[in-house]
Amino acid sequence: MTIPLPPATMTAPDADLDEPGVSLWRGAFRRLRRNPTAIFGLLIILAFVLVALFAPLLTVYEPGSAQWAGQVTPSSVPGPSEDHWLGLDRFGSDLWTQLVYGARQSLVYGVVSTIIGFTVGTSLGILSGGFVALGGRVGVWVDTAVMRLVDIMLSVPSLLLAVSIVAVLGQNAYAVMIAIGTAQVPIFARLLRGSMLSQGKADYVLAASALGIRRRRIVIGHVVPNAIGPTIVQATLNLATAIIEVAALSFLGLGESDPAVAEWGRMLVAAQDRFDAAPQLALLPGFAIAVTALGFTLLGEALREALDPRGRR
Amino acid sequence: MLRFVLRRLALMVPVLVGLTILLFAWVRALPGDPARALLGQRATPEGIARVNEAYGFNEPVLVQYATYVKALVTGDFGRSIQSGQPVVEAFVEKFPATLELGLTALVLAAIVGVPLGYLAARNQGRTLDTFVMSGSLLGVVTPVFFLAILLKLVFAEWLHWLPTSLRQDARIDATHITNFYILDGILTQEWDAALDAAVHLVLPAVALGTIPLAIIVRITRASVAEVLNEDYVRTAMSKGLRAGTISRRHILRNALLPVVTTIGLQAGLLLSGAVLTETVFSFNGIGQYLFDAIGQRDYPVLQGFILFIAIIYSLINLLVDVTYGIIDPRVQVS
Repeated sequence: MTIPLPPATMTAPDADLDEPGVSLWRGAFRRLRRNPTAIFGLLIILAFVLVALFAPLLTVYEPGSAQWAGQVTPSSVPGPSEDHWLGLDRFGSDLWTQLVYGARQSLVYGVVSTIIGFTVGTSLGILSGGFVALGGRVGVWVDTAVMRLVDIMLSVPSLLLAVSIVAVLGQNAYAVMIAIGTAQVPIFARLLRGSMLSQGKADYVLAASALGIRRRRIVIGHVVPNAIGPTIVQATLNLATAIIEVAALSFLGLGESDPAVAEWGRMLVAAQDRFDAAPQLALLPGFAIAVTALGFTLLGEALREALDPRGRR
Repeated sequence: MLRFVLRRLALMVPVLVGLTILLFAWVRALPGDPARALLGQRATPEGIARVNEAYGFNEPVLVQYATYVKALVTGDFGRSIQSGQPVVEAFVEKFPATLELGLTALVLAAIVGVPLGYLAARNQGRTLDTFVMSGSLLGVVTPVFFLAILLKLVFAEWLHWLPTSLRQDARIDATHITNFYILDGILTQEWDAALDAAVHLVLPAVALGTIPLAIIVRITRASVAEVLNEDYVRTAMSKGLRAGTISRRHILRNALLPVVTTIGLQAGLLLSGAVLTETVFSFNGIGQYLFDAIGQRDYPVLQGFILFIAIIYSLINLLVDVTYGIIDPRVQVS
């Protein structure tokens, strides 16, 4: 008679997630799939992206056309009707069309500016963290120089930093993206540097140097891939911030100025003087911004949880 | 401690010098030549010549930078294009309003946020926790200006419970000594003026305080949840200490350390938020002044205010670190 083996599930219900050979990212992805919050966030993002991509199919009108400007009077804005199921906006364009095309703007602005911030920020972080890891006098100098630059950028509130950049580059879409992206640079740089420094003390770095692998290869091939996790979480969260900041720049009158482009932040500003008559003009774009930001925030936080080694049982 | 403070002050110097270089370069990078940028639309050939002379824009760049720094050191931060008012004067005049608003928002956020975060952590996974955490999530994702607009719409324009704008009712003829309106009212014993200023502060402070509130709730919850698992808490429980004593002396005392840092770090967020909140409520502080300056391309104002804000921000960070050293003896400030 054989002695029955103890059931495999005796350890922990999630033990299979971290069996040897399951990488950090694959394990995180599995945990993410089981997290209802993450799924909810993903669904919001998916809806947002689909609306942005297929905007022309969702409406028969053109954005910013102001075709029905004659129907808008100082005291009233036409509400929902057969032709316009959300009614008109303050300038006489179809409100639904404006909202749908606004998603496009937010997606493009948010993604491009976050990519700019991520690329420049992580490059600075790798430069700084990498040079510290390589050691030597030059390393310390480079690290100090980069970190002082980051300190300077952090000493100015991000919105004002963005405003100053738009002032230099002029008021156009590129300026807005570069401005919002630049404002994100210090966060990414600091985060990656810190995470690289803590990884630098890990055993695998010691093992790799004992094997005689060159420092530069250890930094690029081992430390960076292991340290990048928190930065990716931050990028997801920053997409939310970026979308809000783009709207804030529009609110300050520094966003996209072309009336043919629908933008949620500008819709909010324009709606301000029609509150009593038509509150939906402010409420709908406001909710659109908040819900989109919610989607990215939920996904980002779930990702953070999934990547947290303490969460791995 | 004194050595730590002095060292940190010394570390501020390179950051501020770097910032002056960037701001100096910034004015020169603006579209058009710097004199035109500084004069705005009213630039006349004589005006441009005068500014070029006064700021030495015809001199070599290094000389120009030296002139700029020399002016800064003597307290000359330039003049507003629009009003001709010295930037320093404008800042001193407007800053109390923003400080009053920012402090109220922060105190509000801390008073509400810390207990909520604590309760959420003690009731992890229960309805209260879910409720508080969902609420804080909404607080994080709602744009400040949208919230400000909403609050104004509901509580001022529909319900008429609170004033829609300004810092004080125009009909109140209050004496202003410090420009902190509530404090002025108390100092001069004009109680109705103080009360009126406080009432005007409610909506802007709630709007501005919501994001810090949400962040404080989340940090407090995370921090308390972590401390609850510590050995010393279990030891305190097994010693049979009263629940209240454990909460106060063992849990809160330790859990609040990261919270204090977080509260201090909200300063930058508050200043960004103030620009938007003050604008919605026509609250006459540096935020609204900056908004107007942005709209009118009043670059000397932006240049001067950014430098002021950076100095204040750095000082607040220093204050946070010092406080941290005082409340947590384990942290060696050296």
